[in-house]
Amino acid sequence: MTEVRDRIIQIIAEQAMLDPAQLKPEMSIQEIGIDSLGLVESIFAIEEEFDISVPFNANEPEKSDFDISSLGSIIAAVEKLVSEKA
Amino acid sequence: MSAKRKGEKPAKSGAKTKKVTGKVKSATKAARTLLGRVIMGRHANGMRRVAITGMGTINALGRDVRSTFEAMREGRCGIGPLDFRDVDRLAVKIGGQVRDWEPETYFNRQQIVLYDKFTQFTLLAAREAVEQSGLVFEGELGLHSGVVLGTAAGGMNTWDENYRTVYEEGKNRVHPFVVPKLMNNAACSHLSMEYGLLGPSFTVATACASSNHAMGMAFNMVRSGAATVMLTGGSEAMLCFGGVKAWEGLRVMSKDACRPFSATRNGMVQGEGAGIFVFEDWEHAVARGADILAEVVGFSMSADAQDIVMPSPQGAERTITNAMLDAHMRPEEVGYINAHGTGTAANDKTECAAVAHAFGHHADRLMISSTKSMHGHLIGGTGAVELLACIMALRDGVIAPTIGYEEPDPECALDVVPNEAREAKVDAVLSNAFAFGGLNAVIALRKV
Repeated sequence: MTEVRDRIIQIIAEQAMLDPAQLKPEMSIQEIGIDSLGLVESIFAIEEEFDISVPFNANEPEKSDFDISSLGSIIAAVEKLVSEKA
Repeated sequence: MSAKRKGEKPAKSGAKTKKVTGKVKSATKAARTLLGRVIMGRHANGMRRVAITGMGTINALGRDVRSTFEAMREGRCGIGPLDFRDVDRLAVKIGGQVRDWEPETYFNRQQIVLYDKFTQFTLLAAREAVEQSGLVFEGELGLHSGVVLGTAAGGMNTWDENYRTVYEEGKNRVHPFVVPKLMNNAACSHLSMEYGLLGPSFTVATACASSNHAMGMAFNMVRSGAATVMLTGGSEAMLCFGGVKAWEGLRVMSKDACRPFSATRNGMVQGEGAGIFVFEDWEHAVARGADILAEVVGFSMSADAQDIVMPSPQGAERTITNAMLDAHMRPEEVGYINAHGTGTAANDKTECAAVAHAFGHHADRLMISSTKSMHGHLIGGTGAVELLACIMALRDGVIAPTIGYEEPDPECALDVVPNEAREAKVDAVLSNAFAFGGLNAVIALRKV
């Protein structure tokens, strides 16, 4: 799963135009500097990268099954989706 | 041209103000005979005068105004073999395409992911126009300035690419920015954001007359005082498989060349690109010592209310006549008309009949050319690129030719400036646009 984690960090870092080393799991999407449109684009990139479908609705992100409260929670949620697919 | 002007600006700003003041006086004098009275930048009826203080373009002839004017002077053809995916499946394989387009040269990755090609063209042309105008939209000016643009198809490349993704490739997911990229108002919105234009802003879609309608709206907004400055013009980027395939269906496309008014003409040829202008309140432009390129003096629009594709000579004639009335311009004053001149059998003879009726004997004395023969038909962006030819005629005394002209057509018996540009002094010009759907829009300009 480290590989999945690294690939997610790579996607998020690219979106925020940061070095992956600057990202910490406890950081929120806002702290990383990604706006709502950037978040939707990141989720699209994650879906493409892992060939999964992320249950995320931009209208009510807090109600989604997909926890986006921090980078760490996103990584955990994606890892879960990837393992379910396998 | 713009680079030279830019370089000259700081050193010559004093002299330039003086020169512009002199021009205002002569223009006022000219207008006095027509309107009775013009006080500074206002007409006697209280309407404001409208100056063009910036222009920019990208099209098959060049990526700026200087190179486009050069090509028009030389009568160079920008139409050639189309180069994009699946072109081999098309019956029509030529167009006025912007060659070797690499958006990375002008935009960063975040911008490219949001900008369809029609938006990219718009922003590039606007950079040139705004830079030339020397305007900075801060404070009050930003609040009183806006954007009105024309486009027929908006983000056609984005539609095309994503339809291919879901239909042909069978994928079930598209990029989240598909909608903000393809929407017809995307270019308008990005322009407003780029320059902080907070005033009235919108996009009009009237097929081949879109740009003329947009510029007519911008003119009326500045003239009425609803805006101080309007960025206006139009853009089109329809040269992709789906865009050309759709046009093929109508069977009005030429497979070899666009030859407006020639007896041998066999159809239109599509082009792509953008033209953007800065329309500015005359008093505002004079007060800041701006170089005024031309004055917008009249506009008319109408509907044929007849047929969805066939043009009506009466509709065209009515619009031409009303544009001159709106401009307080006598027909004998018009030295040049940039024709709609699509190179189709129907348009060219209809347009010539309309001009002949509207101008009477003077129709034989004026020049009328179609620059579509060089840059192709930019559909919703075409009027904007063609307004450049009008400004070149007024400012430089060079009339852009109708190239590809082979044989006179008795139904198009006007001086169409065949094949070679001509030097001529003209003081007043018209630009015609007669769209599918019978929607007509004609703009009138005067020399400054």
